[in-house]
Amino acid sequence: MSFRMPNGSEVEDRPTRRDFFKSGAAFATMTLAPGVTLMAFGGSATAAVDAGKRWGLLIDTSKCAEDCDACVTACKTENGWEGHGEAERDVQWIRKVTLRNKATGHESSMPVMCQHCESPPCVDVCPTGASFKRDDGIVLVDKHTCIGCRYCMMACPFKARSFVHEPVTNQKTHAPRGQGTVEGCTLCVHRVDAGGIPACVEACSATGNGAMVFGDLLDPSSEIAQRLAEFPSVALRPDLDLNPGVRYAEI
Amino acid sequence: MKLARIFLALCLFFSAGALSAADGVGPDIPQATGEPHPEGNDYMRRWHMEMLKHDRDLTMYLGIRPTDSSLAECFECHTVKDEAGVPVTVADERHFCRACHDYAAVRVDCFDCHRSTPADFDEPAPHAMILRGPRFRSWGAGDADVLLAYLSQAMTEPN
Repeated sequence: MSFRMPNGSEVEDRPTRRDFFKSGAAFATMTLAPGVTLMAFGGSATAAVDAGKRWGLLIDTSKCAEDCDACVTACKTENGWEGHGEAERDVQWIRKVTLRNKATGHESSMPVMCQHCESPPCVDVCPTGASFKRDDGIVLVDKHTCIGCRYCMMACPFKARSFVHEPVTNQKTHAPRGQGTVEGCTLCVHRVDAGGIPACVEACSATGNGAMVFGDLLDPSSEIAQRLAEFPSVALRPDLDLNPGVRYAEI
Repeated sequence: MKLARIFLALCLFFSAGALSAADGVGPDIPQATGEPHPEGNDYMRRWHMEMLKHDRDLTMYLGIRPTDSSLAECFECHTVKDEAGVPVTVADERHFCRACHDYAAVRVDCFDCHRSTPADFDEPAPHAMILRGPRFRSWGAGDADVLLAYLSQAMTEPN
């Protein structure tokens, strides 16, 4: 028996380590039909991805200080990316953007990163299935299958993805990244899986600005859902009808 | 007949690889620390990539992080240190993975993205600009002339 992962890779049957550690997690697969597999998890190794959740961010631009880039710095430190002084090709998982209303001159400052769309264009165009959305709404690149074609970068209306041009060494264990692949904000998926919050949100609270809130959009009792229900907010490029998981208030 | 001979050679090659290097046959496998794998070394030699491939998908798509097999976990025991006591990266031919993979001439691309040393340790700067072979070399002065010379030669001399 073999089982198939969402990226199409098939794992052949072999004596598993689980045969050696019977006390560990129970893992059962059942083939329903050719190519359709039912997977069941038991024991301690339960999936961190919960389809009943949808992770999102609320960014209150009135609280975002124009000269502050704590979120960007925190992201760089957490995920181990940096620029090489070449603005046109440097990677940017998150950037600070200033919006100016031409009619009134009003300016607002805000961080922009992957918007974790419900209908992500980057996933639609990916020829290898590397660009995908987890069941809890986090949009990721599976670099094992990414061929670096950069279609997703073209498709993303937020310019949220970057291509890695240079060889990379000294990566973080939790954030592998390398030359020839596309990458972007992961919503600090390694922290979220462990029950934590993204590094940018943590850094924003630490500055005292508190402009960013992270949480489950589908849980009515979560802070983010309550604030979204109470105060007006917008999605960037609402005309595209992508239903992003990242929302902005007070733009 | 030729195929059979190749097959025989391969069989000999892999059985030799499973032997200890003490007799000069097979790669010289660096000593690991920690408890031995309960599955045995033969199992690990045959299946380590399948184990990693299986569990990487569990992590990537289902968010299961405390998996049975992970590269980070490998390096908890399989780390080779240099004279200064610093773990060597895959750029160094003494690296654990390279012991067999260099011997078998199989290039692993895990470390194009993953770090090849234990977590939470800064890989020394000399390792930063290396990485195996011309693929990682940047285009430099004089390269255009070399390429042009090669192309003109290739075009004037068929085969």
